Amino acid sequence: MIKAANKTGLVFFPAFDWAISPTHPEREERLLYTQDQVFEEGLLDVDGIVEFKPDMINRDDIRRVHFCVPDEWAVTTESHLLSAGGAKAVGSAVLEKKVQKGFALVRPPGHHAMRVVHGARGFCNINIEAIMIEYLRDAYGVDRVAIVDTDCHHGDGTQDIYWNDPDTLFLSLHQDGRTLYPGSGFPHELGGPTAFGTTINVPLPPQTSEEGFLYVLENVIIPVLEDFKPELVINSAGQDNHYTDPITNMRFSAQGYAKLTEKLSPDIAVLEGGYSIEGALPYVNVGIILALAGMDYSTVREPDYDFEKLRQSSAITDHIRKVCDRVMDYWQEAPSLREQMLDSGGITERERTIYYDTDNILENQKEKIVVCRDCPGVWSVESWTDRGKRIYAVHIPRKACEKCVDIGMEWYEKTPFRHFDIIFLQDRKNKVFKSRRPS
Amino acid sequence: MIIGLDVGGTHTDVVLVDSQGLVRQVKVPTDIDNLFDSVLGGLDEVSKNIDVSRVSRVVLSTTLTTNAIASGHLDPVGMIVSSGPGLNPEIFRTGKHYYCVQGSIDHRGREVQPIEPTEIEAIASHLRADGIEAVGVVGKFSVRNPCHENKIVKILGKSFNYILAGHRVSGNLNFPRRIATVYLNAAVYSIYKNFFDAVSNALRAKGFVAPILILKADGGTVSLDASLQYPGQTILSGPAASIMGAVPYASENGESIVMDIGGTTTDIAVLVKQVPLLEPLGIEIGQYKTLIRALKTISIPLGGDSVIKVKDGVLDIGPERVGPAMAFGGSEPTPTDALVFLKKMESGNFQKAKMAMEKVGGLLGCSPADAAERIFSEFCHRLTVVAKDMVTSINQKPVYTVHEFLESYQVSPTELLVLGGPASCFASKLSEVSSLPVRVVPNARVANALGAALARTTCEITLFVDTERRVASAPEESFYKPVDDRFSVKDARELAFSLLRTKALQSGAKMEDIDMEVTEELQFNMVRGFYTTGRNIRVKVQVKPGLISEYKQITSTEA
Repeated sequence: MIKAANKTGLVFFPAFDWAISPTHPEREERLLYTQDQVFEEGLLDVDGIVEFKPDMINRDDIRRVHFCVPDEWAVTTESHLLSAGGAKAVGSAVLEKKVQKGFALVRPPGHHAMRVVHGARGFCNINIEAIMIEYLRDAYGVDRVAIVDTDCHHGDGTQDIYWNDPDTLFLSLHQDGRTLYPGSGFPHELGGPTAFGTTINVPLPPQTSEEGFLYVLENVIIPVLEDFKPELVINSAGQDNHYTDPITNMRFSAQGYAKLTEKLSPDIAVLEGGYSIEGALPYVNVGIILALAGMDYSTVREPDYDFEKLRQSSAITDHIRKVCDRVMDYWQEAPSLREQMLDSGGITERERTIYYDTDNILENQKEKIVVCRDCPGVWSVESWTDRGKRIYAVHIPRKACEKCVDIGMEWYEKTPFRHFDIIFLQDRKNKVFKSRRPS
Repeated sequence: MIIGLDVGGTHTDVVLVDSQGLVRQVKVPTDIDNLFDSVLGGLDEVSKNIDVSRVSRVVLSTTLTTNAIASGHLDPVGMIVSSGPGLNPEIFRTGKHYYCVQGSIDHRGREVQPIEPTEIEAIASHLRADGIEAVGVVGKFSVRNPCHENKIVKILGKSFNYILAGHRVSGNLNFPRRIATVYLNAAVYSIYKNFFDAVSNALRAKGFVAPILILKADGGTVSLDASLQYPGQTILSGPAASIMGAVPYASENGESIVMDIGGTTTDIAVLVKQVPLLEPLGIEIGQYKTLIRALKTISIPLGGDSVIKVKDGVLDIGPERVGPAMAFGGSEPTPTDALVFLKKMESGNFQKAKMAMEKVGGLLGCSPADAAERIFSEFCHRLTVVAKDMVTSINQKPVYTVHEFLESYQVSPTELLVLGGPASCFASKLSEVSSLPVRVVPNARVANALGAALARTTCEITLFVDTERRVASAPEESFYKPVDDRFSVKDARELAFSLLRTKALQSGAKMEDIDMEVTEELQFNMVRGFYTTGRNIRVKVQVKPGLISEYKQITSTEA
């Protein structure tokens, strides 16, 4: 019978009893036809494809990554805990070498969830990839990780979480933010001063097809990964670049996704968006599973697939080439710019406004980071929303130097309650996650 | 009176039961090359001097189809397969006469590409020219819409002996398994039909008037007539017979592990409140993964006659059997010799058993008594480990809803039931090793034949409703019904139950034995744009495997 060249683990958790609302794209039915296709193709019978049950994550798994306001349970449902738990189970199976590749086919998604969570944005509450990665770091001692986000929407949540982490490369390709939610992800977004260059954004014009995606893969993703040398490559495998997706404007296909997956060869793929639940997801997911498992996917295609009709114009090809050239220039220049910033030292601040489209919340943030030569630098964020919540949160990085630990502890302990409802500490170095609240 | 007969690898066991209990039990040697004589011999023996016209039911469990597959004595089958997008269907080739054709259906049952009638006609004439008599027709997603399979069957016409369409074998989604299942049914059809025509004629000639039922791999029975359509259902019915034999003695409220310890293998199964657990999709036999409903059993090559070896000072039991134990005239030491030597088994030649243990002890560097104890203990440990792993894997079954995850039912057996030849000798040690109370099934040596005798008729229905496409369908039954958008999950359940009842009666069930349950029930709103356009409902119902209602009275006199 058929055999997978790469032993591949799947967690399939379609959450058939959970929806944001009855007619929302993120509803019970979303993975139904994917399940039908995967079952009908008999993929779970293939020698070398193994199905695992999701875990349920615990509070510390969330606290390694997020500051949840007012607490973890208020902003999550069981389905979120299982979706992240699915990613965690797949990640553990890969790290324990039970399988070579893993794919978490789970919902709800997570890549729009940022460090501070007041509610849901872009259908996401908690960041399932980040929760998995930080768990794997603590449980298996993984250090350098690359996340390649191929969802059609910019993975602004993952970008925010790893903005100041030089050991996590975040690389997103997505439909240009001027034409699609969340409106960010431009090439000049390169990361905080101590992690400058380890955030990479490749915005693509609407109507980009297979040729364009594979061009970015060959000319940006692969060379950058070769330079960065990650121990683990994670693919945030959104499937909404598909030509039939109802909420985006791209022309990618099941064949294209399978080729991308084969060439990228991620250790772990995690499903993100993708809302063409009948026309795309069944075929794209089968393509991705086969490609991960190292099997022949050449006969997997959508019923209405027409390669010629989906081709992009030469203007788009030219545009993508220019974007890629620019991104690669930044990649080359970033290290010396980072050096300059480290030489200047001091404290850098940034202010932002974040809109939670799913829950209709407006958040303002003021972030400050100690630009430290000895470590990624302690940072903190003040956050207040139009619902009247105000919090202050301190993050001490995994590899913080002693000075930064001291600064972080002082920020946490000495900041007065006057302006804040909650003061959080996320001490990744000592694995202490706690908060102070007025009694 | 009821007769139950179970053909095993070494012995054919037959029982005659009446309302008072077990009347007669018979063991005759099985002649693998002449199963007909084994079956008839057993039936003759058990019905000696009785008025066979008073026998009300004859249930047969044979290894006929299992042996045919294991030995490769299968008829050539013409397979016509249409797949559409997805894995290359060539991967699933079943043999020389395998044709991949045009035509495809999607997951909702919509036609994507029509079939090409001239292509089928050409294949039909090839098959006729090659002398093929059995044909299988399988389409991807045919259980969602069998129109292509039906058209192909129609084009094939009446010039073949047996034609089976994929949507008739199971409502489950799994194209490769559908291919294998259809293939196996077609490949054993003529062997099966010839055999049972002969058995049926012979029984009628002897004066039997009772209905003849056949035991299936799911521990249920089906009438001989109904079985002719799907002979593949009888593959691997052997383990099912034994497990059904343990059912009446299992806890009514708890969970039980059943072990049938034979000469060559041990079969292990799990019962929940006397109901055996089923395989999620179907049996696996040799290289074939199928959609044939079956009890969930694990067969391990470890039995009373497994050969004992010592390699580099390490004791190993099995996996092969080369003959009987030395105590019974064999040439190699076995666990049975250990039992005889330890005086746990009364029969057998003690001197020969001692020689066996001396041989093993010599290789292990210990006394014969120590060798026997080690074999005995190792045997029980191995069985316990396999049984516990089986329970663990059952509990790790994936779930697809939050509710199922939170509520997920965890099996934790509270007792161990053993049957089979040497079962009683292992009982106390198994209890010590597994920390579970162990009970030996009464009449442990013929419990398999009793299980066959008393098994009720089982079947399953999968109902699929798509109110947007306005159809309710149970493809296995060739049932289609137009529905409107008010059709609810409750309507679906009722419809499924009524179809199931009809099917069970047609397959030989008695009304009082149709114990039905829902095994799967899912409902989805289908939303297109921002409007709900329909409901997608999937309901699966079954008659639970179990024993006919008369059993309580019969078995209570045994316990």
